[in-house]
Amino acid sequence: MLRDEDRIFTNLYGFQDFRLEAAQRRGDWDGTKALIEKGKDWIINEVKESGLRGRGGAGFSTGMKWSFMPKNVTDKPVYLVVNADEGEPGTCKDRDILRHDPHKLIEGCLIAGFAIGASACYIYIRGEFYNEGSAVQVAIDEAYAAGLLGKNACGTGYDYDIYIHRGAGAYICGEETALIESIEGKKGQPRNKPPFPAQAGLYSCPTTVNNVESIAVVPTILRRGAGWFGGLGRPKNTGTKLFCISGHVNRPCNVEEEMGIPLKELIERHAGGVRGGWDNLLAIIPGGSSVPVLPKSICDTVLMDFDSLREVRSGLGTAAVIVMDKSTDIVKAIARLSRFYAHESCGQCTPCREGTGWLSRVMQRMVRGNARVEEIDMLLEVTRQIEGHTICALGDAAAWPVQGLIRHFRPEMERRILDYRNSAHQMAAE
Amino acid sequence: MSATVAAPAGEPAAFAFSDENQELAKRIIAKYPAGRQASAVMPLLDLAQRQNGGWLTQPIMDHIAAMLAMPPIRVYEVATFYTMYNHHPIGKHHIQVCTTTPCWLRGSDDVVAVCKRKLGIDLGETTPDGQFTLGEVECSGACVNAPVVQIGDDYYEDVGPEQMERIIDAFKRGETPPAGSQTGRQTSCPEGGPTTLKAFCTPQGADAQADD
Amino acid sequence: MPKLTIDGIEIEVEPGTSVLQACEQLGIEIPRFCYHERLSVPANCRMCLVEMERAPKPVASCAMPCADNMVIKTDTELVHKARKGVMEFLLINHPLDCPICDQGGECDLQDQAMSYGFDRGRYGENKRAVTEKYMGPLIKTFMTRCIHCTRCIRFGNEIAGVPMLGAVSRGEHMEITTFVEQAIASELSGNLVDVCPVGALTSKPYAYTARPWELRKTETIDVMDAVGSNIRVDTRGPEVMRVLPRLNEDVNEEWIGDKTRYHHDGLKRQRLDRPYLRVNGKLQPASWADAFAAIAARVKGLPGERIAAIAGDLVDVESMLALKDLMTALGSANIDCRQDGAMFDTSSRAGYLFNSTIAGIEQADAILLIGTNPRWEAPIVNARIRKRYLMGGLKVAVIGEQRDLTYPTTYLGAGTDTLSQLIDGNHSFAEVLRGAKKPMLILGAGALARPDGLAIQAAARALAESFGMVRDGWNGFNVLHRAAARVGGLDIGFVPGAGGRSVAGILDGAASGAVEVVYLLGADELDTDRLGNAFVIYQGHHGDRGAHRADVILPGAAYTEKNATYVNTEGRPQIARLATFPLGEAREDWKILRALSERLGHTLPYDSVSQLRARMVAVNPVFGKLGTVTPAAWGGFGTAGALDGAAFATPITNYYMTDPISRASETMARCTETFVRGASAAAEERTGTHG
Repeated sequence: MLRDEDRIFTNLYGFQDFRLEAAQRRGDWDGTKALIEKGKDWIINEVKESGLRGRGGAGFSTGMKWSFMPKNVTDKPVYLVVNADEGEPGTCKDRDILRHDPHKLIEGCLIAGFAIGASACYIYIRGEFYNEGSAVQVAIDEAYAAGLLGKNACGTGYDYDIYIHRGAGAYICGEETALIESIEGKKGQPRNKPPFPAQAGLYSCPTTVNNVESIAVVPTILRRGAGWFGGLGRPKNTGTKLFCISGHVNRPCNVEEEMGIPLKELIERHAGGVRGGWDNLLAIIPGGSSVPVLPKSICDTVLMDFDSLREVRSGLGTAAVIVMDKSTDIVKAIARLSRFYAHESCGQCTPCREGTGWLSRVMQRMVRGNARVEEIDMLLEVTRQIEGHTICALGDAAAWPVQGLIRHFRPEMERRILDYRNSAHQMAAE
Repeated sequence: MSATVAAPAGEPAAFAFSDENQELAKRIIAKYPAGRQASAVMPLLDLAQRQNGGWLTQPIMDHIAAMLAMPPIRVYEVATFYTMYNHHPIGKHHIQVCTTTPCWLRGSDDVVAVCKRKLGIDLGETTPDGQFTLGEVECSGACVNAPVVQIGDDYYEDVGPEQMERIIDAFKRGETPPAGSQTGRQTSCPEGGPTTLKAFCTPQGADAQADD
Repeated sequence: MPKLTIDGIEIEVEPGTSVLQACEQLGIEIPRFCYHERLSVPANCRMCLVEMERAPKPVASCAMPCADNMVIKTDTELVHKARKGVMEFLLINHPLDCPICDQGGECDLQDQAMSYGFDRGRYGENKRAVTEKYMGPLIKTFMTRCIHCTRCIRFGNEIAGVPMLGAVSRGEHMEITTFVEQAIASELSGNLVDVCPVGALTSKPYAYTARPWELRKTETIDVMDAVGSNIRVDTRGPEVMRVLPRLNEDVNEEWIGDKTRYHHDGLKRQRLDRPYLRVNGKLQPASWADAFAAIAARVKGLPGERIAAIAGDLVDVESMLALKDLMTALGSANIDCRQDGAMFDTSSRAGYLFNSTIAGIEQADAILLIGTNPRWEAPIVNARIRKRYLMGGLKVAVIGEQRDLTYPTTYLGAGTDTLSQLIDGNHSFAEVLRGAKKPMLILGAGALARPDGLAIQAAARALAESFGMVRDGWNGFNVLHRAAARVGGLDIGFVPGAGGRSVAGILDGAASGAVEVVYLLGADELDTDRLGNAFVIYQGHHGDRGAHRADVILPGAAYTEKNATYVNTEGRPQIARLATFPLGEAREDWKILRALSERLGHTLPYDSVSQLRARMVAVNPVFGKLGTVTPAAWGGFGTAGALDGAAFATPITNYYMTDPISRASETMARCTETFVRGASAAAEERTGTHG
């Protein structure tokens, strides 16, 4: 288990004050100027070396992403955009950073912004997080007042502004280009890539979009060294990670743990175990709603990191662990996610607009078993017709939960269909 | 909402920001680079919705379009894309129950049932006295505190059927029940106390608890 | 120049070429719905997916720029599967109403479903139904058919410059709408019907009237303005069912104005289908022989100076030349084709042409509009200016009426004083013009239709010369005509000869009795009250103003009923083709004149249209180069003189009704109600009280 002194988010639960004074006592804003003065290349290199992979779900190397930004842009502004549009079902980690440790995020924004040559940063906070956004605004105001932001931020000679942009209810804005569109005052419809945001992002200017957690861990990584962070976890899956454990556990919670912790250990150590004991476990969605569900047999041994979960055809995603015990109607649980994706599809591209609704409707029937067995194969085909054919990853995200269900719980689906048919026959006979 | 708007009864003919909000709107627009004032459309819609008692009218959208030099249709697109903009009057207390899988696993169906029964309305409806509007929302992003119910700007967490009854009763009495966990636990910390960072579990400094 | 391989074939393309365009260059067909080569690329339909080596998933070829060493495959299992999947998704919520859909037979979705569709549907759920939207008198909506390609939205935003359409709500509830039930207030709105790949937006006037395979298609030229838009006239039997644009990059690209598209029901109403004679003050049906006899009786022995002829706005070159030759034979120099009374010097062809050419607008970097509202006078020209504006770096200034032209303009002033200031260099816009690489001015026809027209033409020439608008390889002096007949008339010299009378002179002469016979060749935009006691011959196709005043009516052919030449404002001669036969006893116009000339004893020296065209070429060699613009040499024109202080006014008050055909059109009347008279009429139509 991760030692407390290796935990970055020391005020995860908000036992302490979120404001500047308390944050500084916890070590935030300590020697920020010196870190910046080590230069862009040093910062980017250190983040690369640490092995930090994006915490928003895709798991792309954060340092690498920064290095894709064009160098020495003088003809237009460069932006850092922070994705705080947390809405992936199961996920609520960024919320705790926003409300309990906002200074970690703001300090990270300054350092990351400096590293990519940004002149300003927009933090896109989902609209429902009204109070969380207000806490961040308080922290930003404090930072300006203390000279940490604005003109000559932290006394480095670097001018830097941070603004909050609030969302208004659209999961899709968590997709980085949809988020950019949304800041520009449009519908949150993802853009085609290329061009990537590093070439043409916000207002067509070079832009990097990073998740809250990815940015908030940066100051600590720089202070303690890439080697420290890189030494935690497993190769290519390094560092600490915020896990959200929800569903059928005795004590649902958020917790910061070492990357690669066994799933079972994570649940038993921090969430009080599965309701009714580990043997009462049916299945777990290990990385937020978008990744395929895993049956108990896999959960017994799988490690919680990017590569381990990929090996079992799921994913770490946002590290949101949704636990389902044996009382769960697994078809309904996944059907509810299908409804979620149909509701959140932006409607722009054909496979997602039409396919998510189709999936959702068939899944509703599957819950009752009001279907034909062949329709399970059709359902699988429809997911394959969506997957990989859309502008953004929401199509994939809608497809995968259903694919996971069919992969691991097909017998259950078939059983229901037969039961439904039998009961219908019975009713007809009576 | 219907795409071809028929103005609900009582829709006012014109809209203007209050002096205070006009100032605020100016400050919001200033957050964005010159010429990019369209970026302010979402915050201004929100501001106007708050001023207008929780919902948007066509005059509001047209007013904001004019303020930001946007074609009105672009504002309508935005206002109908995001779910937090309401296009019909809503009650004083907007109860939004999250029913996505993590909340559903923890019993959000029961919470919805309690709301329906106590308020005598279905999802999407408003009580005749205009006090409550009941809605269902997709993932609120507080899944380790499921079930989650958002009322106005506040999150009510760990809400079971009994807690939901209590909350509604309190609102009916004109009180504002405290938000956050309804079982008394500390935010997203495991029930019964943290498994980590016990040294950080005591408030330090002058202002003890952050206002969530 | 990126080099890539597509289906094993190497190809080198211009930088910025998309994979889809590169495929097209190789003749490889890529199915698509949202992609339209003149609109921005949203890549939302996902039909054009292709396989790209080293890419984890298929890529949308329309939005993927070609790059070096790319390897693209368009004919693989993966590609076909992907496209079939997309096609199935497009069809699940698309109604199976092809048999009653106006798009049937020419529907992209129908066509591509033949290649990529399944033979049966697997979608067993309820289909989506979407309420219809009101978009005005021209566009019929059937929004359940919409496949959300957003072409219409992009057309409105980009080409028309009227951002009224949008997609509201999201996901499968997304709907294309104007949101507040507004008519699409654009003179180009009919093009929405063409850009819509399915039957969601169809033509309201054409609704349920014909199927594409029953129609005979005639490629011809439009005469509703002086642009000479290339069109296709679709007919069934004797009736014009619809008018569609035809691609001509130099003229109208693939767009046409709404009047061009929708005026054609006017061809069925108020028509002159037999000769008439005024007997005892009343027009009576007559035979050709009687009509000719009446004319002969009146003309015989009359000195030429007592005879005059005016040609109207829709008249072809052939009939104008025939009439001119007849008038010359009768000894009259009293001829004029400028029925609006425009005063300008025609001695140099460059003085009355749109010399920059319409496509040349795309090269201009500063445009000065003088006394013109191109949005009404020539929506296609206006669209080209907007296209140039969207490319960036264009400055447009206006002298005249201040109107929304769909692109930003700098308003300089209302009248000639501003023009003078600019020539003197005492105006801020003078700097812009001086700094421009390819400046141009557009002089509206209306600016010349005033007593100081000659001086205005001279002032415009001075302006063009002093700001270097005329230089090697660039002529920025442009006259924007409104009448389809005008440039052709000027090119054959249908203007007063030595000592002859202009339109004003003819009317004065008719009022005073000095002119006894007036021949109106399709001339209706006149104050016919001023024709006094003159004997009026009206040759034309509609019972409009001219016919009402006539003593003899000779029924001619409308532009869809003859093979005839028109010259557009650029000076581009083009041939209109016969799509239907002239009505009843009506005849092609030059033939009427040829027959009449014989009756009058001055037989015209041509028996066939080819002989007549040879005569045209002899008169002006430009007629030997059909379809192209012969650049006009710059020469002195105009007469410097005092400028009247009056403000410039556009001659058009109602875009939808400018000539005898559009005035007879019910569709144009409906547009007038909706767009010109105001929203109250639209509201009535919406509620159905107008059926």
